[in-house]
Amino acid sequence: MRVALFLTCVNDTLYPDTGRAVVRLLTRLGVEVDFPQGQTCCGQAHYNTGYRHEAEPLARRFAEVFGGYEAIVTPSGSCGAMVRELYPRMGARARAEGRGNTLERVLAPVVPKTYELTEFLVDVLGVTDVGAYYPHRVTYHPTCHGLRGLGLGDRPRRLLEAVKGLELVELPGAEECCGFGGTFAVKNPDVSAAMGADKVRNAESTGAGVLCAGDNSCLMHIGGTMSRLGSGMRPVHIAEILASTEEEPAV
Amino acid sequence: MSSRDRVLGRVRRALAGVPEDDTPYEQAVVRDYLRRHGERADEDTVELLAENLVDYRAVVHRADARDLPLLITRLLEARGSGRVLLPPGLPPEWTSAADAHWIQDRAVSTPDELDRVDSVVTGCAVAIAETGTIVLDGSPDQGRRRITLIPDHHICVVRVPDQVVSSVPEALERLDPTRPLTWISGPSATSDIELDRVEGVHGPRTLEVVLVSGDPRTPKAQE
Amino acid sequence: MSATFVGMPAFPVAAHEAVADTTLRGNLRHATHTIRAKRAAAVAEVSDWAQLREAGRRIKDHTLRHLDRYLVQVEEAVTAAGGTVHWAADAEEANRIVTGLVKATGESEVVKVKSMATQEIGLNEALEAEGIRAYETDLAELIVQLGKDRPSHILVPAIHRNRAEIRDIFRSEMSRWGRPAPEGLTDAPAELAEAARLHLREKFLRAKVGISGANFVVAETGTLVVVESEGNGRMCLTLPETLISVVGIEKVVPTWRDLEVFLQTLPRSSTAERMNPYTSMWTGTRDEDGPSAFHLVLLDNGRTDTLADEVGRQALRCIRCSACLNVCPVYERAGGHAYGSVYPGPIGAILSPQLRGTASEIDASLPYASSLCGACYEVCPVAIDIPEVLVHLRERVAQGGEATRQGNKVVLKPARGHAAERAAMRAARWAFSRPGVLRGGQRLASLTRRLHPRTLPGPGRAWTGTRDLPPVPAEPFRDWWQRTPGGKEDAK
Repeated sequence: MRVALFLTCVNDTLYPDTGRAVVRLLTRLGVEVDFPQGQTCCGQAHYNTGYRHEAEPLARRFAEVFGGYEAIVTPSGSCGAMVRELYPRMGARARAEGRGNTLERVLAPVVPKTYELTEFLVDVLGVTDVGAYYPHRVTYHPTCHGLRGLGLGDRPRRLLEAVKGLELVELPGAEECCGFGGTFAVKNPDVSAAMGADKVRNAESTGAGVLCAGDNSCLMHIGGTMSRLGSGMRPVHIAEILASTEEEPAV
Repeated sequence: MSSRDRVLGRVRRALAGVPEDDTPYEQAVVRDYLRRHGERADEDTVELLAENLVDYRAVVHRADARDLPLLITRLLEARGSGRVLLPPGLPPEWTSAADAHWIQDRAVSTPDELDRVDSVVTGCAVAIAETGTIVLDGSPDQGRRRITLIPDHHICVVRVPDQVVSSVPEALERLDPTRPLTWISGPSATSDIELDRVEGVHGPRTLEVVLVSGDPRTPKAQE
Repeated sequence: MSATFVGMPAFPVAAHEAVADTTLRGNLRHATHTIRAKRAAAVAEVSDWAQLREAGRRIKDHTLRHLDRYLVQVEEAVTAAGGTVHWAADAEEANRIVTGLVKATGESEVVKVKSMATQEIGLNEALEAEGIRAYETDLAELIVQLGKDRPSHILVPAIHRNRAEIRDIFRSEMSRWGRPAPEGLTDAPAELAEAARLHLREKFLRAKVGISGANFVVAETGTLVVVESEGNGRMCLTLPETLISVVGIEKVVPTWRDLEVFLQTLPRSSTAERMNPYTSMWTGTRDEDGPSAFHLVLLDNGRTDTLADEVGRQALRCIRCSACLNVCPVYERAGGHAYGSVYPGPIGAILSPQLRGTASEIDASLPYASSLCGACYEVCPVAIDIPEVLVHLRERVAQGGEATRQGNKVVLKPARGHAAERAAMRAARWAFSRPGVLRGGQRLASLTRRLHPRTLPGPGRAWTGTRDLPPVPAEPFRDWWQRTPGGKEDAK
């Protein structure tokens, strides 16, 4: 299978460790991964901030860069949801604006073959035990776009439960948004910060040392809040936990 | 231009670009929800009604038709209700055993007069088991809407199983929309303080529902 | 809408104060968390919830698609049943109609059932200006009215008040409006409810004019439906001689049978009950039962403008259950007042900028008052995709474009204050369209990473005021991929 890693611009720039973890994990599971160099950004921030027309060329580029692969895997619930949920909507809006169905047609092929990482593991590869080892107490925050947008359900949980040495503890108010929300974080900083602080307090109440999620944008917000509040907890992307083994443990 | 024309004109302009859709209404809305939630024997439906009434703080009693007059007497005496309001068409035998000052609601009765009443006794049009609801439709055994509103104590007699349906859809089928309808689920309540439910605001603070079986003198409700 | 809200600051400014108010935060947290769990349980009890939700959505969509036809049908049916139908294009006209009807009765006071439509048009203020006193009779509305406050929730307008605050308001204010609060009133909810019962009773018993809204109007029968809990609705709907109902044109449902859907979804979504304590249904007037005169005022006030918007019109499906408020993390922390409208929360954030337009500072900021977490859409009993409409309205604010105002097509200019953002978005799009440029930027950031501060000055403070920035890595992923290559010779 020709599998492309759609890393996302945020991970590429700020969280290369997550990208390396995905490559390690998928390679270990026998998947040959490619990183198409032409990839940049899916356009989510543009779209969600009200600049749909600026997002369109980025979506076209995405379809061009990734169109030839059989599966597109991304370690981001929100960017995955952008492609799967919002690309079709973008196409439909363009048609409604009298611009024909070109955009719809161009974007359609990449929509069904884009998978968030945990979906790809569970649904496509059919694994929940990925042979990982991570001897820490972990609590899991299901990010909004993964949870409600993509409907990831219990896939991440099943993957984490199969990790050797990992103790998974329930996060109170888990399904509540962490307060990131893209540009929401800077347009409504007070509310965003209050939501983040509550999320951190809930995470701390579990006694876990690690808060795990499937989206580094949310983790950037939660982690930045933890760091500012002097919390002892660390934010860790689920890919890094699943990539960790006894031979090569993640820290 | 009249405001009627202005508003209707705006509606039509707003919809001008929407593709025509002449699907008949019956087909436009798929109704694949349930007519009732679960199949039950009649006695279980009545039991569910009782449970749900109690859950929302109504007081539920059961009686055989022969014992109904005595039960009503007992309920009125227990509250010390001296002045009892009756709708014009309440079966007279229901209250034949009680010794109270019976008051007939008249069109000229003022709300203040009704406010001096202790209790009201009525029948009902239909009761809904799944939601613990009784519905009044202003029939002669239920009277004007205000008589079940102003007094603080309401005794409502439900003939079981004839007047009991399982669900909201089944209840609507039985009701006549041209009649003034009051759906009652427990005594008056409010969630306005901290979104927590408290019983007892403006309507009757005590709702007693009598589930009466086997009354040969009253006609059966239509199925 | 109501003059009360003119000149409201933008949402982030209003929210800034609310977030810092610990009492308010505590009150809202307590109330919303209480109802959230209960709603979930009430919904889980019904195995066909998804089907009911879908049927509700379709009924409303169908009605909106043929709204002109159904409004005419409502008019015919209500008139045939002895009622009088009035049409109001905007708030001012609705207020004029209602004020005129009250004056014609010769009365100088009215009792009111809680109604979003009359709040929206500022009816109480309009009546007051004509010397008519309107008594709010819903407990929460009473708390708001006595406290000279503003509503902050659709279902429970005084949700921002806790029991102790309510007791204090009752003690100090009830005597100014009528019967004083009982001696030694405590903050026990049952006692507070009793105080309201006593205070309002004299008003109900002497009232000659009642004013209401309606939850539903059935086109085929002309039946109006009011769903309530306390019995104040029944009082206002049955005791007065004259009843005036002000109803938004989107409240219509085609058939009697349609109520079977909404009478199942509304109570469970709003108060988390299987059924609310009281529902009143009436059709025109009836001899010797209830008001002898009935007036229905059909209100547009921006609804047809909303209807004209292909994406935004789904907001008109709303049945005002307030489940979206109760589940919203932003509402929970910012409170209802920050939304500067009688419609707060997620539904308010899409309804107010459509009913009122996006010209004011507050209305232009509302579409951004959401993290787009989607919890609102998930609980909505008529499946309004609130995040979708929010993003659509952001587009209208940021980019301008076609819209309908007062029935006329207009082309809106982009809202002020978005020029820098627009330029940044354009620049980002330009860079993201050129991987080489993106890589250049990434490398520059990595090379200078030791110089990066973890807090920023100026506008950057919006992030770093409360959060640290992540450290920039030594190399972006794409450099590692090329260097190793593809991770095969990873020496780190």
